[in-house]
Amino acid sequence: MAENTRKLGLIVNPVAGLGGRVGLKGSDGLHVQRKALALGAVPHAGDRAIDALDRLGRVADLEIVTWSGAMGEDAARARGFSPRVAGSSKSSESTADDTRAAAVEMRERGVDLLLFAGGDGTARDICEAVGEELPALGIPAGVKIHSAVYATNPLNAGELAALFLQGRVSALRSAEVMDIDEDAVRRGQISAHLHGYLKVPVRSALVQSLKAASGPGEEAAMAAIATAVTDSMEPDTLYLIGPGTTTRAILSRMGLDKTLIGVDAVENSRLLANDMNENQILASIEGRKAGRAKIVVTPVGGQGCIFGRGNQQFSPDVLSRVGRENVIVVSTQDKLNSLAGNSLWVDTGSRKADEMLSGHLRVITGYKEEAICRVAS
Amino acid sequence: MAQRDITRERYTDGKPNLRRYHQAKWDEPVIFELSVPGQRGILVPEVEPDLRAEVGDVLADIPSGMRRQAPPALPELSQVAVVRHYMRLSQENLGADLNVDIGQGTCTMKHNPKVNDQLAASPKLSDLHPSQDDATVQGILEIMYRFEQILKEISGLDRFSLQPGAGSAAIYANVSIIRAYHKARGEADQRDEIITTIFSHPSNAACAKTAGYKVITLYPDADGYPDFEALEAAVSERTAAILITNPEDTGIFNPRIADFVDLVHEAGGLCSYDQANANGILGITRAREANFDLCHFNLHKTFSTPHACGGPAVGATGVRNELAKYLPVPVVERDGDHFHLDYDRPDSVGKVGSFHGVPANVVRAYAWAMSMGADGLREVAEIAVLNNNYLLAKMLEIPGLSAPYAEGKRRIEQVRYSWEKLAEETGVHSEELGIRAADFGLHYWTSHHPFVVPEPCTLEPTESYSKADLDEYVAVLAHVVDEARNDPDKVKTAPHNCTVHTIEHAPFDDPGQWAVTWRAYRRKVGGEEQEGT
Amino acid sequence: MSERKPVVYPYIPNSVPEVKEQMLREVGASSTEEFYEDVPEALRVKGRMNLPEPLLSERALRRHVEGLLAKNSTAGENLSFLGGGCYQHHVPAVCDEINSRSEFLTAYAGEPYDDHGRFQVLFEYASMMGELLNMDVVNVPTYDGLQAAATSIRMACRLTGRQQALVARNLGWEKLSKIRDYCKPDIEIRPIGYEADSGGLDLDELDAVISPHTAAVYFDNPTYLGSIEVNGARIAEIAHAHDAVCVVGADPLSLGILTPPVEYGADIVCGDIQPLGMHTQFGGGQAGYIATRDEEAYVMEFPSRLFGIAPTKVPGEYGFGDVAYERTSFAVREEGKEWVGTAAALWGITAAVYLALMGPQGMVDISEGIMTRARYAMARLGEIPGVRVPLAAAPHFKEFFVNFDDTGKSVAEINQGLLRQQIFGGADLSKQFAELGQSALYCVTEVHTKADIDHLVDAIGKEVA
Repeated sequence: MAENTRKLGLIVNPVAGLGGRVGLKGSDGLHVQRKALALGAVPHAGDRAIDALDRLGRVADLEIVTWSGAMGEDAARARGFSPRVAGSSKSSESTADDTRAAAVEMRERGVDLLLFAGGDGTARDICEAVGEELPALGIPAGVKIHSAVYATNPLNAGELAALFLQGRVSALRSAEVMDIDEDAVRRGQISAHLHGYLKVPVRSALVQSLKAASGPGEEAAMAAIATAVTDSMEPDTLYLIGPGTTTRAILSRMGLDKTLIGVDAVENSRLLANDMNENQILASIEGRKAGRAKIVVTPVGGQGCIFGRGNQQFSPDVLSRVGRENVIVVSTQDKLNSLAGNSLWVDTGSRKADEMLSGHLRVITGYKEEAICRVAS
Repeated sequence: MAQRDITRERYTDGKPNLRRYHQAKWDEPVIFELSVPGQRGILVPEVEPDLRAEVGDVLADIPSGMRRQAPPALPELSQVAVVRHYMRLSQENLGADLNVDIGQGTCTMKHNPKVNDQLAASPKLSDLHPSQDDATVQGILEIMYRFEQILKEISGLDRFSLQPGAGSAAIYANVSIIRAYHKARGEADQRDEIITTIFSHPSNAACAKTAGYKVITLYPDADGYPDFEALEAAVSERTAAILITNPEDTGIFNPRIADFVDLVHEAGGLCSYDQANANGILGITRAREANFDLCHFNLHKTFSTPHACGGPAVGATGVRNELAKYLPVPVVERDGDHFHLDYDRPDSVGKVGSFHGVPANVVRAYAWAMSMGADGLREVAEIAVLNNNYLLAKMLEIPGLSAPYAEGKRRIEQVRYSWEKLAEETGVHSEELGIRAADFGLHYWTSHHPFVVPEPCTLEPTESYSKADLDEYVAVLAHVVDEARNDPDKVKTAPHNCTVHTIEHAPFDDPGQWAVTWRAYRRKVGGEEQEGT
Repeated sequence: MSERKPVVYPYIPNSVPEVKEQMLREVGASSTEEFYEDVPEALRVKGRMNLPEPLLSERALRRHVEGLLAKNSTAGENLSFLGGGCYQHHVPAVCDEINSRSEFLTAYAGEPYDDHGRFQVLFEYASMMGELLNMDVVNVPTYDGLQAAATSIRMACRLTGRQQALVARNLGWEKLSKIRDYCKPDIEIRPIGYEADSGGLDLDELDAVISPHTAAVYFDNPTYLGSIEVNGARIAEIAHAHDAVCVVGADPLSLGILTPPVEYGADIVCGDIQPLGMHTQFGGGQAGYIATRDEEAYVMEFPSRLFGIAPTKVPGEYGFGDVAYERTSFAVREEGKEWVGTAAALWGITAAVYLALMGPQGMVDISEGIMTRARYAMARLGEIPGVRVPLAAAPHFKEFFVNFDDTGKSVAEINQGLLRQQIFGGADLSKQFAELGQSALYCVTEVHTKADIDHLVDAIGKEVA
């Protein structure tokens, strides 16, 4: 029956979420974790993992591969599983290195899905270690959850993991790993950055309950959007392509490589620059006539933000020079539909820029398909 | 004889216990498995020997390449076996006649009067050929004409075609008419955008797209109403038309609908009213008052014709006088007491469907409208809406449910509910509740994909169900929700009382395994080698 | 304005005033008017709609509608030779029995669990059509044969990324009109002529016109004018040489005898299943089929539903569901890929019953019998002075056209005369096929006896004498 065995990798970041309840805005770094514990924080990532594992009991022939003690073994045993312990943390205090080492080991052992409990920092560690090489899914347990790799709650994480392992859900999509600079937040600033992507299972419909044809699926939708954008590209015009998988599809359609988490520039079907910072962007648009520089962005992180999260290179200065009418927003319809209140938003750090961008914008959702969405600031 | 409480075992606290339902389960083979070589289900009329003698071997005329090599490998069954097989399969199907069919929201499942079916099955209709001389089809032409007059009054528009094959086909016909109108004005190329809303029926977007238009979708405002400011951002000299459902699939009536129409008209576009959800507004409000140019009705929804597992159907498409010349050919014209089919309409978009659509359904719909009259149609609307708001109140008593948008407001004839809270709490999803509901003999529909409302459930009670029927539906859902909390596996492993059990879905999406025909199944799964493809 | 008459409607259980009141109380509304608060006064219908007084009793309704229907004079009460896309074939009683079962008639879009029966019957329908067509993929019926043809052409355009279809000029005018309307604005429809003597496609013109821009070559077999296209293989070869898709429209009833188009090279086969158990019902029995080989690229371009078979968790139990639910077009510029909606499912169910009753021998018998009768009718009609059957030498299935030019009478005049003799003569082709002069399209099926045909010949003889 070995061929039917499903392997689940389980990583718990036991210190995830420690900082939240004691007001520390996060748990990154040993000193913060020690401070949190000193302030009376109680680790609960393990409990969250236990909640999630509740849903995995129904998966037949399930083998759980995990790390010793609080990094997964305890949670698995608490749910009555006999996990295979593949390694242990180097010290009594779990570190980011341990998470990365565990993720790499899980990949080597060929797990079908890597289920991890943590926050944005944990997702970032896993992303650095294994990237999009294997399916992964987050159990939300951290203080910061800006990444789109997390289920809405532990039970749903377990549910989705179970469905995926049972083969009832098979679609995967690239979901953003976002993190904010905790030190900056403690100083009162929000500064969210896009770090990369994990391949997460996506649950569309469990049941085929249709009276009308369904949509084309995410990849096809992105390809259609990419075609719509490339077909409308004007000559001698600079296109500054923001981060995201939807925008990445535009460059792949043109046969160009895209920096996943940066801003790239394209003109006359050629790549001018990769991973530009604000100054490079400003330099590239310097001296261009109105309408000869355009920005292409997609909402990042599943929360509907089009400027100010993960694409701060598009600074207020850049935005005011390019102008609202030269902002091209792209998004799959599924993504728009999942936005709370169906509204996009901006938070550029400049009220003037925010006001300029707010109101209703056209969003390209497919080939010859657009939506009109509100942009809030 | 000893007396006993006859309600004791079937009622609790005065309310009926849940139905102990089980669907028929015949475990019926696929028909090919029933084949017995040599059996015959029906014999065809023999060619008279003298005719055959005169003609000779007709097959000799056919070039060998065009002559079929072997008879088609159809199953061979006696008539007894065929009847029994399909009777059994019919019992494994849940028709609206059998259940409280309020769970297929947006579909307007209402009572299909049997007398109308009998009238439609009359040989006086079923034996008519569509190309007969007008003089021989005066009855059906008069019925089509009379029904058109009824639709004109119900909508306030001026001319109708009954040719489109259902709602989507009617929307497509409307888009064709819109294109013809702009073409005649020399603006066909300029006007390449069609606007719709996310809670309009998805066929509006799909049909416009198929017809080559760019589709602009409006998202609702925070209250769930179509967003007028979004429309302002959308209209331009490129606007060909707006296609909008009202009330929308959320059951919310757009109070600014006339403003929407005015704005599009100012930009030079046309306005088409999707009346798929007209059941709750019959006699209350019409396309004309809101100044629409076109509209369509689904006769299988509002006008009670049976859904027939998904057609045949009629989508009646209506227009103002200025657009009448573009309607599909033919239209029925009256000339004193004589009716005729007018094919000579040079500006017509041509044919959108075969012949005259589905006249049997026009007969049914006409009979239905005639059995209701103006007061009856208004009663239909009012009771449909009363039923819906009653259901809404009862449904919202179930913990874990919400009715997003326009919170606290009344709805027209349906509601798109959300089980988001329940799903968060229990991990049980809307579709799973629906499959469990089938264990009690009830349909349940989420909504069109993609889901804009999370964990959706769309219920449309129509006028056809009694208070007790609605109470039963709510009681079943309350029970299933209770199970979701206390025995989620029971829900997740459903169905338990249906004909079949949880179906493996993987083969449907795998080109190596999917099988749309028995021959494909035998080849792919059974490993059978076959001739040809 | 008259007061609303208090009526308890049999179709509206809650029209009982006391029940209405109770429900209003329970939802805290004083009247149903409260539910319409979003409908502005300006949009309200003023007063009562001006409709005919209702016929509240079933008896009165029946009398009224039957009275109207009685004005019809049917093909069954006369002798009809009309065809042209809608055909008078015998409808087995079992077909009517099954399709009037309310479990099917009143069902709609349930799940594969509560509506298992519908899924299985439609899977069996596709499976039997698959045997008839020798193809593995057949859709749940679309509206009609016109739609099937138009959609097949759009599928071919998506498959090839091209935007031109070459279609045989001798299609029925309705089909051509539908194809033109449906393929607007992006697809060019270019008719290809037909040969006067055989009725077949003009291969020289096809050769001259086909190009790397051609997505599809479409022809009907048998053709609308009745003759059998014998050069199917050659046409498919030409299409394939230019990487175009060969689309053939075929009368399923002809396939008891004729080669399934896939065997002479068709890539997509489509048509109307009305002959398979549907009454003519003034054109309301039409339903379209589309069939392809089991190749992913083709399957992904179907806009229709495709029902597949799969195991359930109970060993040996059959389950059904939608194949390739998230169907992704390979042509990104057409991600919408038409639509799927209510179409003609009940006629698919009926055709399943028909094919199951007929079996292989029934299909062979009926094809052959029709062909024999049609040949006899052609020969007999050709004997009438002044009446010609121009394609008499070509093989035909059930239809053929008859020319009356030499009689000095128009088709309209002859048909009026025949009507007086209680005969529905063939459809007048003189408008849509002006090049054929005064010609009419006659259809002979298994319902016609030798006596019927002889009677027709006599009647026409009288009219043209």
